[in-house]
Amino acid sequence: MLSARNVSFAYPTRRGGDRSRAAVRNVSIDVGQGTFIGVLGPNGSGKSTLLKLLGRLLTPDAGTVTLDGRPLGAWPRQAVARRVAMVPQETHPAFDYTVLDLVLMGRYPHLGALAIEGPSDLAIARDALRATGMSAFESRLFSTLSGGEKQRVVIAGALAQQADVLLLDEPTASLDPGHQLEIAALLVELNRTRALGLLLSTHDLNLAASVCHDLVMLSEGMVIGTGPTGDVLTGANIERLYGIRADVRFHPEAGHLTVVPLRHLS
Amino acid sequence: MPPTNGEGVVSARDRIAHSTIQGIRARLVTVCLGSVALALGAIVLAPLAGSTSISLAHAFDLTRPWASNVDAQIFFVARLPRVLAAALVGSALAASGVVFQALLRNPLATPFTLGISSGAALGAMLVLTIGGAFAATTWAAVPAASFAGALAAVSIVYALAAARHRGFSTSVLLLAGVTLNSFFSALILMLQYFADMASVMQTLRWLLGDLDVASYTPIVVALPMLVVAITAFLVLAPRLNLLSVSIDAAAMRGVDVVRTQRISFLSASLATGAAVSIGGPIGFVGIIVPHLVRLIVGPDHRLALPASLGFGAAFLVACDLVGRTVIAPLELPVGIVTAVIGGPFFLWLLVKHAQ
Repeated sequence: MLSARNVSFAYPTRRGGDRSRAAVRNVSIDVGQGTFIGVLGPNGSGKSTLLKLLGRLLTPDAGTVTLDGRPLGAWPRQAVARRVAMVPQETHPAFDYTVLDLVLMGRYPHLGALAIEGPSDLAIARDALRATGMSAFESRLFSTLSGGEKQRVVIAGALAQQADVLLLDEPTASLDPGHQLEIAALLVELNRTRALGLLLSTHDLNLAASVCHDLVMLSEGMVIGTGPTGDVLTGANIERLYGIRADVRFHPEAGHLTVVPLRHLS
Repeated sequence: MPPTNGEGVVSARDRIAHSTIQGIRARLVTVCLGSVALALGAIVLAPLAGSTSISLAHAFDLTRPWASNVDAQIFFVARLPRVLAAALVGSALAASGVVFQALLRNPLATPFTLGISSGAALGAMLVLTIGGAFAATTWAAVPAASFAGALAAVSIVYALAAARHRGFSTSVLLLAGVTLNSFFSALILMLQYFADMASVMQTLRWLLGDLDVASYTPIVVALPMLVVAITAFLVLAPRLNLLSVSIDAAAMRGVDVVRTQRISFLSASLATGAAVSIGGPIGFVGIIVPHLVRLIVGPDHRLALPASLGFGAAFLVACDLVGRTVIAPLELPVGIVTAVIGGPFFLWLLVKHAQ
């Protein structure tokens, strides 16, 4: 279980001193086995910062992030990496790695000092490629793939890492609707079959409505609403969050709530 | 069948990538053996060429007394130091090119174009010009001063890149390199201006990139620095892979990013400093060799680093061989040879990279 308790964080300003404009304020969140939480909020509301705090890319100024009850900072880096993985919005390798190269890099926290993979690592990487439907692409160059295929490879890398918590930072933001649906279906399946705990930040309210069990709504770094998706994804909350009037209703064919933004409230 | 995407080079890469199935261990052994063989072959064969032809069998014939074995004398005293210098400098520049490219996440970064070589040259020049009075300690001070110069230049590049958080963009790197190169060159010219004519000619040759070492001394002095740097490179290789994919992803996989960056910059500066202290700021080795190596073994740094050590050695030995034979009995400084090959190569890469 990955937990944040009352964490706050402010980015250090260039001239030092003033840390009053906190990016995350007093946020608590739990990501455990099989949970699927969506983090919603406008640009600059602290979604990415929260994910970075949970992934130990940043250290909170106040409050604690714990993994199985032990503060994240007290764990060795590689031990955290064996439990928590991150999927960014986009990945741009500097060199032309193949798909298998990249997925095998997910094995890094499991390897010894020389970091040379063995047959079992290869088997795990192949299994991750199978789970994401990318087996046929293993010797392709990553740079030649489409956006959706790239995201599948990055998710395969996270699976090869064998983490039980995945932090996904707007993983579908640069994909077309077809690829968005594919990735969403993949995440639902991984959440079900592998009991992965998923935390997903997104601006796509319909994506959140379709896949997330619970939502956390962030505004100016603070939680203004949290609970099961059906309870908190309301017109009133969306208005508070984004300052827009939206129509929220259950879509019988989709089987989940849908959100149609109507107009900006000024 | 591995899929191809229309380019011959890529399909060759795909074929090699396919052999991942045989496992990284087998590829590692093949690449290391190949690199050692390539470097050793170049080191043993290159001294045979020159104005006087000698025989390898005679040179290594231990039954002949040293005093009367002219072949051995020419091989070991006249030619081998220079060839060894070329091999070491080539390895160091090629491998530090690989490291800088991974760290700055840009395949166009090299010690020469970033101005790091000229920083090292300025350091060495300061000692040679000002420290001439303390000649007794100069031999040890030159490599140290070039390391300091390289480190100063690297710190500036790093600060520039860090100030932009995400930014190690090609244009920033090139501009930084051009600026640093002009700045250091101006300082070097100023030192030259106040030096006497005899030493100006000598240092000019060195500044062009010259491997005409008179003895084994500069090699022996720089060797410990190179050994430390190369060991660090090989240990860092897996982490460089992760950093070259994404800095955040590397951190999320347990890499101590700041520490890895610091050790890499330090060791790459150490290697560049050692190389410059031997042969002056020889350009373009750090970009030609890494690119060709990646085409052959792929970008995995566990393979690309050992391969560029061996290939870099053979490459610079070959360039120096061209330099000392092409207009014999005159000799071209090796830096001119690498620049003539490297300039167009770099432009071609720039165009390719922009597409």
